Amino acid sequence: MGDPLQGGDPIFIGGIDFGVVALVVLKVLIGFTFVMVGVIFMIWFERKLIADMQNRIGPNRAGKWGLLQTLADGIKLIFKEDLMPNKADRLVFRLAPYLTVAPAFLTFTIVPIGGLFGTGENGTIEVFGYRTFVQVADPPIGVLFLLAMSSVAVYGVMLAGWSSGSKYPLLGSVRASAQMVSYEAALGLSVVAVVLLTGSLSTHDIVSAQSGGFADWNIWRTGVVPFLVFCIAATAELNRPPFDLVEAEQELVGGFHTEYSSMRFGMFYLAEFMNTITMSAIIVTLFLGGPDGPSLFGPDIIWPTIWFMGKLFIFLFTFVWLRATLPRFRYDQLMDLGWKRLIPLSLAWLLVIGAIRIADDEGWNVALVIGISLASCVVGALALVGASRAGRIRRRAEEALR
Amino acid sequence: MIAGMFAQLGVPTDAPFAVPEVAWSALTPLLILIVGALALLVVTALVPRTLPVGFFTVTTVAVAAGAAVASLGSWDRVTDPDRGPYMAVAGAITLDGFSVLVTALLAITVVLVALLADGYLRREGLGAAEFSVLVLLSASGGVMMALANDLIVMFLGLEVLSIALYVLAGFQGDRRESQESAMKYFLLGAFASAFLLYGIALVYGATGSTNLGEIAGFLARDVPSEQGLLLGGMAMLIVGFGFKIGVVPFQSWVPDVYQGAPTPVTAFMASGVKVAGFAALLRVIVSALSVQAQDWRPVMWVLAMLTLVVGPAMAIVQTDVKRMLAYSSISHAGFILIGVQAASDRGTAGALFYLFAYSFMALGAFGVVSLVARQGDVGVDLDRFRGLSKRRPGLALVFAVFLLGQTGVPLTSGFMAKFSVIGAAVASESYALAMVAMLTSVVGAFAYLRVIVAMYLGDDEEMAEEGTRRVQIPAAAGLALGLALAVTVTLGVLPSTVLDAARDAVPARLSPSR
Amino acid sequence: MDVFVFAVAAAVILIGAMGVVFSRNPVHAALMLVMTLFGIAVLFVQQQAHFLAAVQVVVYAGAIVVLFLFVIMLLGVDVAENVTVEPLVGQRTAAWVITAGSVGLLTALAIRAAQVSLGMPSGTRPLDGEGGNLVQLARVLFSDYLFAFEATSVLLVIAVVGAVVLANRSPGSTADAGEQEHSPTGAGR
Repeated sequence: MGDPLQGGDPIFIGGIDFGVVALVVLKVLIGFTFVMVGVIFMIWFERKLIADMQNRIGPNRAGKWGLLQTLADGIKLIFKEDLMPNKADRLVFRLAPYLTVAPAFLTFTIVPIGGLFGTGENGTIEVFGYRTFVQVADPPIGVLFLLAMSSVAVYGVMLAGWSSGSKYPLLGSVRASAQMVSYEAALGLSVVAVVLLTGSLSTHDIVSAQSGGFADWNIWRTGVVPFLVFCIAATAELNRPPFDLVEAEQELVGGFHTEYSSMRFGMFYLAEFMNTITMSAIIVTLFLGGPDGPSLFGPDIIWPTIWFMGKLFIFLFTFVWLRATLPRFRYDQLMDLGWKRLIPLSLAWLLVIGAIRIADDEGWNVALVIGISLASCVVGALALVGASRAGRIRRRAEEALR
Repeated sequence: MIAGMFAQLGVPTDAPFAVPEVAWSALTPLLILIVGALALLVVTALVPRTLPVGFFTVTTVAVAAGAAVASLGSWDRVTDPDRGPYMAVAGAITLDGFSVLVTALLAITVVLVALLADGYLRREGLGAAEFSVLVLLSASGGVMMALANDLIVMFLGLEVLSIALYVLAGFQGDRRESQESAMKYFLLGAFASAFLLYGIALVYGATGSTNLGEIAGFLARDVPSEQGLLLGGMAMLIVGFGFKIGVVPFQSWVPDVYQGAPTPVTAFMASGVKVAGFAALLRVIVSALSVQAQDWRPVMWVLAMLTLVVGPAMAIVQTDVKRMLAYSSISHAGFILIGVQAASDRGTAGALFYLFAYSFMALGAFGVVSLVARQGDVGVDLDRFRGLSKRRPGLALVFAVFLLGQTGVPLTSGFMAKFSVIGAAVASESYALAMVAMLTSVVGAFAYLRVIVAMYLGDDEEMAEEGTRRVQIPAAAGLALGLALAVTVTLGVLPSTVLDAARDAVPARLSPSR
Repeated sequence: MDVFVFAVAAAVILIGAMGVVFSRNPVHAALMLVMTLFGIAVLFVQQQAHFLAAVQVVVYAGAIVVLFLFVIMLLGVDVAENVTVEPLVGQRTAAWVITAGSVGLLTALAIRAAQVSLGMPSGTRPLDGEGGNLVQLARVLFSDYLFAFEATSVLLVIAVVGAVVLANRSPGSTADAGEQEHSPTGAGR
C-alpha cells in the first residue's frame, strides 16, 4: 500500500506476495523480541547499576550476577493474586495496561536498527531475495507517528488512575497526564528542528541524511540545543526520575498504578522500561545518526547494528544514572521548566535554524542573519524574564492585600 | 550541502514555489489592530503595577482610530475606476470599497465602545487591559471577515470575533446574568460555527474552491451536475450566518445574551458584530453566490419576513429597556435582510447604509443604558427611566433622538436607512416585504415611544424614594454619545456622502488567476 | 483489501459514535470518541492522507479528548446522568421523530443512489504532483492559504487571552462559590 511517490520500503515495490507478508511478520517478531529481551536486560541492569552507585550488591541470586532476576520476578508476578478494587471501573481497569504497552512497542517499529547507510544500499539489506529496510515500518509520517504514539500513551496512565476508583491513583494520573501533555510540546518543537534540516518526516530519510559521518549527525547540525531539549522532554515524557512525580511514593503511595497487582502491574512495569528503550532508540535515530558508524573489521553488515546498540546503551546508562543521582522535582518547578524554559527555548532555536535556512537559500549574509536572530531571541528572553518578574511582584502585592 | 541532500531524498527543491506577495498596504488596518492589541498585552505583562483605566482607553481609541484612518486612506485607490479593487496575499483577501468601508465602520465602533467602556470599567472595577485587548482583537476578526475573499479566512475571522466576544460577554464574572450570557452565546455560537463550517465544506465540494472569486467564476461558467451539494452548503451557510446576526428563527440567544453581557459589550455586539456578520453574508451569499440568487432569495424573504414580524412584536412587551433594545436589534436585522433579499447592488448599498446608521444608534442607545444602570449593571427597568428628563434633560434628549432614529422618524439617520432598504426591495419587486416592513416599523415605534413617554411624562417619585444619586456621565462616555448623536443627526439631514460611498462599496468579485 | 479495511474502519467509527451517545458514563463516552477518531485516522491512511491521519491522532485523540477526560475527572462529573427527568418537555419524542425521519430519508437516498449516477458530482480534484501529500500540503498552506495560516495565530492568541481572563478570577468572587460542594468524588460509578 506504500505510496510509490514516497520512496518507502523497497520490499513493496514488486507487489505483495506471500514472501513479503512472511518477511513483514518476521520483522515484527524480531522487533518484538528485541524490545522484550531489552526490557529483561534493562530491568536487571537498572537494579544492578543503582546498587553499584549506592554501594550495594543488588540482585545476585538468580543466575550468574543475578541475570535471571527479571525472569524470576515475572514468574512471581504472574502467580500473584489479581486484585480488582471494589470501586473500580472493571472494563477500563482491564484495558488500561494494554493501552500503556501498545504505544511503547508501536513506536519502536519506526526505528531503523541496522543497514548500511550512505552507500548504494541506502540502508537496505537483502533477505531471502527481498531488499528491505532494517526497520519494521517506514511510514512517510514517521516522526509524527512517534508524536501520535506518545500522545496515545497518556491514555494508559490516565485511565489506569481513574478506573482504580481511589484517590491517590487519580491524583497521580492527573499529574502524569498534565506532565506528558506539557512536555509533548517541547518534544515536538525540538523534533521539528531535525525535520526542518532533513526535509522529511520518515525516520529512514532522517537517518540516511546523517550518514555522512560523525560531523553530519543531527546533534551537531541542529546545534545541540534541540538534542538537549529532546532528552529532557523525553525523560519527562517517560515519567522517569527526576520527573517521576507520577509515582512520588511519599505523596501518592504508588501513583497511578497503586491499585494494580499481579501481571497487570507487571505490564505497567514492562511498559515503563519498554518506553525507556524506545525513547533512547528514537534519540539515537533522530540525533546520533542511528546505525551510522564505521565498519572496523569482519563483515560490514553487522557493524551498523553494533553501533546502534552501543549508542542505545549510552542512553540507557544515562537514564539509570539520572535516577540514581537526581532528586525529584517539585510540581511547580516541573511545570515552570516545561512551559517557561523548554518551550520558549526550543521555539527560539527553531526560528534561528529557520532563519539560517532561509539565509542559505536566498544567499543572504549568514553571519548577519544569525546575529539578528540571536539578538531578537535575547530580547524575547528578556521580555519573558521581565514578565515573570512583574507577575511575581503583582502576586505578592495581591497577597499582601488579602 | 543541504540542497544536495534534498536531491538525494527526491524532494523537489527546484520546483518553482511562488511565495505569495504580501501587500502590506492592504493589511495595514488589520495589522494596526492586531499589533496594537499585542503591544498592550506586552506592556501590561511587563509593568508590575496595574495601569490606570485611562491609559487603556486612550490607547484603544488611538489604535482603532488609526485603523479607521488607514482604511479610509485607501478609499480613493480602490474606487478609482482606473485601478479599481485588488486582491492581496494569493487572493485570500480583497480590497474594495466594501471592505474599506466596513473596516472603517468597525474601527469607529471600537472607538466608541472604548469610550463608553471607560466609565463603565471604572464603576464596575473590571480589568481594563483584558477588555481593551479582547475588543481590539475581536474587531480584527471582524476586519478579516470584511476583507475575506476566501471562505476559510472568513471562518477564521468569525471565530476570532466570536471567541473574544464569548469571553467579553462573561467579563463580569461575579454577575450571574453575565455568566449565563457567556455560556449561552458560546454554546449557540459554537453550534452556529459548526453549521457554517459544514456549509463551507459542502460548497467547496460542489465548486472545488474555497475562494469566493473562484466560486463565483465556477458557477458562472459551469452548472454543477449535482445541485444538492451546493444547495445544502448554501443552506448551512445561511443558518450559520443567521445565528451570528440574530435573525428569526435563529434569534433565541439574542435577548438573554444582550441583556446579560456588560452593556458596552452589548453595544459592540449590536453594532460591530452585526456589521461583520452582515458583511460576510453580503460577500458570500449576495456577491459570490449571486448566480444562485433564485435559490436563496425565497429563503431570505422568509427570514426577513419572520424577523420583521417577531422582533417588534416581542419588543413591545418588554419592561426591561436593555432587553427591549435587544429585541429591537433583531427587528433591525430584519430590515437589513430586506436589503440582502433584494439581491441587487442597490440592496447591498442600502444594507450597508443601514448598518452604518444603526451602528451609531445602537451604540448610543446602549451607551445611555449603561450610564443609567446602577453599579453591577442592574436596574435598567422602564421605571428607572421614568422622569429622566427632569434629572438629566440632556441625557434624556440624546436617548430620545436615538430611539426616534430607530423608529425611523425623518431627519434622523434611521429614516434614510429604512428608506434605502425599502426602496431597494421595491426596485426588486418585493412589494409584500416592503409593505410588512413599513407596518412593523409602526408597531416597533410603540416600544420606543413608551420609553420616551416614560422619560418625559413619568414622575420622579419612585426614584426619589430610592434616594439614588444623580446619573453620572463620565467625560469619555459623553464624548461617545456626542459623536453617535452627531452621526445620527447628520446622516438624517445630509445623508448623501455616506449614501454615495455605500453605492460605491459594492463587493467586487475577484478571482486569483491560475 | 480496500473494501475490507473500509468496512472494519467504518464499523469501528459507527460503533464508537453510537457508544458516545449511549454511554451513561462520560468517561466511557470519551473513550468511545477516541475509538471513532482512530477509525477516521485509519480511513485517512487508506486514502493516502498520511499526514491528516497523524494529525487526527495527535490533535484529537492526543490533546482534545485528553482535555475532555481531564475536565471530567477533575470536576467529578463522572457519575451517570439521570435520564429519567426530561428537562425540555417533548424533546425526546421530537428527537425520536426526527431520527426516524432522517434514517428514512437516508435509506431512501441509498436506495435511489443505486439508480442515480453519482459520478463526479463535485468540482474537487484529487491531489496530483510529486512529493507526497506532506509537500503538497505545505505548498498550499504557504501559498494559497498563507493568510488563513497566519490568521490562525490571531485565533490562538485570543483563545489564550480569553482562557486566562476566564480562569484568572480572584477566588471568592464567582457567583456560584456556594455551589462548590459537590459530592466528594471517588472515581468509578
